[in-house]
Amino acid sequence: MKKTLLTVAGLTFASAAAAQTEVLTVYAPDYFGSEWGPGPSIEAAFEERCGCDLQYQTGDLLPRLLLEGERTEADVAIGFNTDVTKRARDSGLFAPHGLDLSPLTLPLEWSDDTFLPFNYGHTAFIYDNTKSDGFDSFEALLDAPDDLRIVIQDPRSSISGLALVLWVNAVYGDEAEAAWARLAPKIVTVTQGWSESYGLFTDGEADVVLSYTTSPVYHIIAEEDLTKSAAIFEEGHYFMVELAAKLATTDNPELADQFLEFILTEDFQTMIPTTNWSFPAALSEDKWPEGFQDLPMPETVLFYDENEAAALRDGAIEAWRSALSQ
Amino acid sequence: MAQRLVSITAALVVAGLVIGPVTAVLWRGGGFAALSAADLAALRFTVWQAFWSATLSVCLAIPVARALSRRTFWGRSALISVMGAPFILPVIVAILGLLAVFGGNGVVNAVLGPLGIPKLDIYGAQGVILAHVFFNLPLAVRLILQGWLQIPSERFRVAASLDAPVFWLLEWPMLRRIAPSAFAVIFVICLGSFAVALTLGGGPRATTVELAIYQAFKFDFDLSKAASLAVVQLCLGLSAGTVALLLSRGDMLGAGLDRVVQRWDGNRLVDALWISAASLFLLAPLCAILVAGLPGLFDLPSSIWPAALRSLLIALGAVLLTMILALPLATKAGEAASLLGISVSGLVLGTGLFLIVQPFVRPSSVALPITMLVNVLMALPFVLRILRPSVQSAKEDFGRLGESLGLEGWALWRIAYFPRLRRPMGFAAGLTGALAMGDLGVITLFSRPGEGTLPLMMYDLMGRYQMEAAYGAALLLVALSVGLFWAFDKGGRVNADA
Repeated sequence: MKKTLLTVAGLTFASAAAAQTEVLTVYAPDYFGSEWGPGPSIEAAFEERCGCDLQYQTGDLLPRLLLEGERTEADVAIGFNTDVTKRARDSGLFAPHGLDLSPLTLPLEWSDDTFLPFNYGHTAFIYDNTKSDGFDSFEALLDAPDDLRIVIQDPRSSISGLALVLWVNAVYGDEAEAAWARLAPKIVTVTQGWSESYGLFTDGEADVVLSYTTSPVYHIIAEEDLTKSAAIFEEGHYFMVELAAKLATTDNPELADQFLEFILTEDFQTMIPTTNWSFPAALSEDKWPEGFQDLPMPETVLFYDENEAAALRDGAIEAWRSALSQ
Repeated sequence: MAQRLVSITAALVVAGLVIGPVTAVLWRGGGFAALSAADLAALRFTVWQAFWSATLSVCLAIPVARALSRRTFWGRSALISVMGAPFILPVIVAILGLLAVFGGNGVVNAVLGPLGIPKLDIYGAQGVILAHVFFNLPLAVRLILQGWLQIPSERFRVAASLDAPVFWLLEWPMLRRIAPSAFAVIFVICLGSFAVALTLGGGPRATTVELAIYQAFKFDFDLSKAASLAVVQLCLGLSAGTVALLLSRGDMLGAGLDRVVQRWDGNRLVDALWISAASLFLLAPLCAILVAGLPGLFDLPSSIWPAALRSLLIALGAVLLTMILALPLATKAGEAASLLGISVSGLVLGTGLFLIVQPFVRPSSVALPITMLVNVLMALPFVLRILRPSVQSAKEDFGRLGESLGLEGWALWRIAYFPRLRRPMGFAAGLTGALAMGDLGVITLFSRPGEGTLPLMMYDLMGRYQMEAAYGAALLLVALSVGLFWAFDKGGRVNADA
């Protein structure tokens, strides 16, 4: 009897202790939460700070949040892209972060009061520098011989593909369709997502692949392979930024705020480069890992904010579709 | 009567599991949406490529299946098992395998180039159809091969002794019965194609309905558009099923003594050519996948094993559930109803199920059961296509005998039917298991980190630049799928020479 009582007391105590550990639920894309992504090290570092339990729920970020609506369990969502933030903002599911944005080191001004950047990159064409001298402008790529084999991603199914049509639009404006027509004979194929394209490139099925300015650094740091380069165009490169936001419905606003603050700290930012293979959003360049500091950076950064992007999107995709369907 | 009730219930369950989720998405999206001109163009391309893919797969499968049915040679049963592998390959792996053979830098061009023959360009409609034939020829061969194996050996003996035309007398009626349904199943699979069509189609000319659904869901969050397109898919699938049922005529050939078929017709050389050509076409890309995956096997993280185990459990669960649903559904109407399952986009099914369970449980806690359920729905049409002819002929041939002996219910199944169904059931179970292993399915909407399946892990690795490890994971996936397929298939062929 005594033993039973002790056990019950023990159990009660244990569950009380468990209840005291607060849980922060963070929704993130699969790549973020996977063991090769930045998720695990960020989780460990944050749990140490807050004495809480950070739990990821991974999967399709925005579709899932929109399906769940106000019933969502998420406190914070991380991994948005500017091309979907308009849809996310309009849903009214997110609350302002209330943070001072002066620590940001982005190549352009950022004043969004809801979506907080944590890393960035630019679209770029990657080539093998042992086989090609590269291209110093978009014009040079369009002028390349038609037997150059390029793979890109579909703007209707891939974020990087969408960034590409916006990039072409930013460089060529009304002439975008004509530019696509010049590029079309060189495009061997269009894939659903980034992984398929990059796989075709590393398998030698393509000479040039649409990817990011940071792609070569993975090969440099993780594989000690110096043969991959990003072609830096004088017309500029399209800016891609990843963002986090707090849910308005969170039952744990302090913890959510603490996590957003954590994003701008050096601890968080130094983990980003070699886990997410992107540029940290709030870290001065001298603190970047070596390979990152040496990467050639575009001089001009092109970017449409979410309203401009939303207005241009259909036309930009249509220019792509009609030129490539010829 | 009781049996009929069970059949009707099973059909309603299947229809409900498909129509329920689609309705949920439609309701949440606020009703139907108008289809744009681009959607209609996608619809036209989808139907066109599915028609040609299915036609070619079935037409090519006929001589291959005939050759396999009348020749015995060393390694024949292993060849039949491995030839089935393309059907269960994850899409992205199959694309890379095909490109290693037919791509710009592939083996074929490496051989043709020095001979001065112009380069083969795989990207375009021809690439889409080539890939779909690669995926579906094995299925068509197996389905039609089963038809041949059902012709009682006594018939061939009689035909041979009378010097009668074997084809018109025995094979043509069998083909009339089997081929239309095989065509329908493959046609419906190809309707759902997306990544293969896009990548090998070379760009936006090869836009399919499934891509439009994906875009509506992921980018625009336009559920009403996604659901409307899913309803279009449903209608196409149903029409294909109905047409197949109408075309599929011809009587069963009556009972035989279940003996091994012996044949006295056919040209050995022609048969050998068909078997070699099909093997080369199907096995060369598989070899490329093997070669690409071997080095990566050593880079695999230890977390790959729990993921592999989860995938295996999903597969076994799906096999059990599919078999339970399939036996009562093995009727003409049941087979038509089951086509609903593969006609609808897995994305819409998953979203609908998510909406349905969400008020009651935390969706991520039911991720694996739901993945299993969707896999069951996807596998049923194939399983029924495989089982129905055998169930029907077992009933026709042994039903009366059983009745006269007073056998009914479970005893009738156990003594008379199951022994006759062992071979198709083994094949069907193997196919279900292998398909469920490789399916990425709906898990991306539900999953939690550390609970991924093997295919999900493969995509994760690929998304992190770790192509080599990803190919290793793909090889592991293929090996497990083929192993599972082989184990069930072999189990079903104990004591059977074919």
